[in-house]
Amino acid sequence: MASIPHDDFLAHDDGHSHHDHDHKPGFFARWFMSTNHKDIGTLYLIFAICAGLIGGAISGMMRAELAHPGIQYLGFFATHIFGQTNPSFDQTLHLWNVLITAHGLIMVFFMVMPAMIGGFGNWFVPLMIGAPDMAFPRMNNISFWLTVAGFCSLMISPFMPGGTGNGAGIGWTAYAPLSTTGSPGPAVDFAIFSLHLAGAGSIMGAINFITTIFNMRAPGMTLHKMPLFVWSVLVTAFLLLLALPVLAAAITMLITDRNFHTTFFDPAGGGDPILFQHLFWFFGHPEVYIMILPGFGMISQIVSTFSKKPVFGYLGMAYAMVAIGVVGFVVWAHHMYTTGLSEDVKMYFTTATMIIAVPTGIKIFSWIATMWGGSISFKSPMVWAMGFIFLFTVGGVTGVVLANGGIDDNLQDTYYVVGHFHYVLSLGAVTSLFAGFYYWFPKMSGRWHSELLAHVHFWVFFIGVNMVFFPMHFLGMQGMPRRYPDYAPAFEKWNHLSTVGYMVMSVSIVIFLINIAYAFIAGKKAAGNYWGEGATTLEWTLSSPPPFHQFETLPVIGDDHHH
Amino acid sequence: MLAPARELGMQLMAGSKTHDYHILPPDIVPLVTTIGALTFTTGMVLFMHDMAGGKVVPWAGLAILLASMYAWFSKIVGEAKAGDHTPVVQLHQRYGMILFIASEVMFFVGWFWAFFDFSLFPSELAKVVGGHWPLKTMDAVLDPFDLPLLNTLILLCSGTTVTWAHHCLIHGDRDGLKKGLWLTILLGMLFTSLQAYEYAHAPFPFGKNTYGSAFYMATGFHGFHVIVGTIFLAVCLKRAYNGDFTPKQHFGFEAAAWYWHFVDVVWLFLFVCIYVWGNWGFPVD
Repeated sequence: MASIPHDDFLAHDDGHSHHDHDHKPGFFARWFMSTNHKDIGTLYLIFAICAGLIGGAISGMMRAELAHPGIQYLGFFATHIFGQTNPSFDQTLHLWNVLITAHGLIMVFFMVMPAMIGGFGNWFVPLMIGAPDMAFPRMNNISFWLTVAGFCSLMISPFMPGGTGNGAGIGWTAYAPLSTTGSPGPAVDFAIFSLHLAGAGSIMGAINFITTIFNMRAPGMTLHKMPLFVWSVLVTAFLLLLALPVLAAAITMLITDRNFHTTFFDPAGGGDPILFQHLFWFFGHPEVYIMILPGFGMISQIVSTFSKKPVFGYLGMAYAMVAIGVVGFVVWAHHMYTTGLSEDVKMYFTTATMIIAVPTGIKIFSWIATMWGGSISFKSPMVWAMGFIFLFTVGGVTGVVLANGGIDDNLQDTYYVVGHFHYVLSLGAVTSLFAGFYYWFPKMSGRWHSELLAHVHFWVFFIGVNMVFFPMHFLGMQGMPRRYPDYAPAFEKWNHLSTVGYMVMSVSIVIFLINIAYAFIAGKKAAGNYWGEGATTLEWTLSSPPPFHQFETLPVIGDDHHH
Repeated sequence: MLAPARELGMQLMAGSKTHDYHILPPDIVPLVTTIGALTFTTGMVLFMHDMAGGKVVPWAGLAILLASMYAWFSKIVGEAKAGDHTPVVQLHQRYGMILFIASEVMFFVGWFWAFFDFSLFPSELAKVVGGHWPLKTMDAVLDPFDLPLLNTLILLCSGTTVTWAHHCLIHGDRDGLKKGLWLTILLGMLFTSLQAYEYAHAPFPFGKNTYGSAFYMATGFHGFHVIVGTIFLAVCLKRAYNGDFTPKQHFGFEAAAWYWHFVDVVWLFLFVCIYVWGNWGFPVD
């Protein structure tokens, strides 16, 4: 195939002096047939925001239900949102399980992962290493569309029969036998295939990122000169590559147990429900690092930029992420302390888990050391980044508490666990996403958001999410179990506060959406390097937005370059 | 190696890109492939639950999937001929294939994990197992030193014939390349046929218990990979007849050979673990 037919689609841009008519494809070709890493990154970000709004709306339904003891709204949701006619009481309770399942799967697979790796990874890995695009531009496209297909499959499931009522009420962990004999309907198969589809897309994305980072760095950019965000995506991609296929095997066993009479998880045939938990968490624990490592990378870039200093302990920061990734593969059974593991096994997993606090501590202290003595400017990304460091540390500390097998015997399946993982994810990963968004939004769109609104967004979000999740630690310590729509009246005070916190948080999301709208309607044009002297990575050498195809002549990295 | 078409393209794009990376035009195939995949999984749900369309939709999805894969791989072959696969792009493909095989290895880790869970810790509670592997209620297992050993030799042999083909290709012996590929493909088909014969005559059924689950799913996924690898090699054979591949540039062939060796190694683990070690000392059929 000659290059001539391609020519219509290629940009005639010298890569530096950007002009507006750099021959972008037409609307359909550009957005449905894209082989451009920046456009695919944009698609991922738009998709992640939409999925996040749906997942967040589901949280709203759950927080409304939990505002008071007793069952308030589930019947209303079942009939008016999910279109069920005269659902029985058990069917409305089943809707609770459907909501927690959908919330977990959407936020993990269709919000955080697409935004971090698909969105920011696609946009900025090639830019930061000085590459014109990803290694496999066409495979990049199918990675995105498979994520959308997975989401479609998941969205079908609430309207199909599941177990007691409509929808897949199996939790994001899909433990057998609830996910096998406990939920015989097609809704669960739709949910499982949703993970197959999204997982296949993620594996292809991982192959793409690893190949791109290893082979397409600009001349002179050795691995040890690579920006930390690129390091973080590299480690994340390896975790995806090695962990997701194990999940694929596990959920394939679910499919055959459900439909083809195998007995992998059925004790009557000699099967082992705990086997599912091992397979799931062998994937699931690396998965939680998949969701946070790119956040670490973004925070490193941001803290360095706004402290106007190179990041403290660059190599330590890079290899701390490698260490977290490696050790993350051998700690999975700390999710299973109450399944009857022997004391020796529990001691091993407690010890191994606590070791992860060491590289994580290196990261936290290095961020602080980067700020130390820096000329800090408190622009919105920096404020979000500092919020991240505080909130993630809270989640990390409660993680060390839960790492203890003995303590976890008491806290397992309580709201303490819910509080812990929302501090590292909703308050950690999501905060880093907003930090990255405000850091790079003018670069991606060419338009300024309102810094004032970004600051207001931060403070309202910060207050809201802390109100939602901090009380959960108290509830958990008092023994409130997770995954129930009802609770004893003694738990009402903190639950009510938590629901009020949700309302505050949702106001912050409205501010966020208004800010985006503002940028596109009235935002000032952004310069190439709008953050000034602290912003030293290669994306700042380009215009905002960068040309459709950048680095048509590759940049060369000198010996004096620092990250 | 620059094909004339590429040089022409370079001239037309003068003043444009000066690097060797492959920048692709927009392409509809990924979206169509995805639609095929979603149609297939949706159809499988309909099929598994005896719902309307369950007998048609999976086939429609599979057809879209296979057609779009054909289109996709055809494009890659066309781009290779057009000279788009510069040395660095070929390096990308090598990395991509190795990483894909690494992910496949982890997929099989999942199935071996299930097998070792069941065989090292056979259930005491389930009557069908009786704390014994192979299960107490089973009459017989397959004799590892009968057809499975023959199959092991067939696959190992096919590993040498594919290397023979590669050697011939490197030394410009096109005839030897075709002969080696023909032999490899025939050995692959022989392996698949013997597996099918063995499945049909096995003294234990699919599923029902841990033995029938672990054995058939692990060896079945391996068999599926053998079929995929055989098709991959058959495509290479067709391309050999078309005059594709040069002694210097033939990554499509190398990828097929790597995949074939991977499939071979998985079989060795299956043979040693499931057939020999797992069945040790048990009455054979």
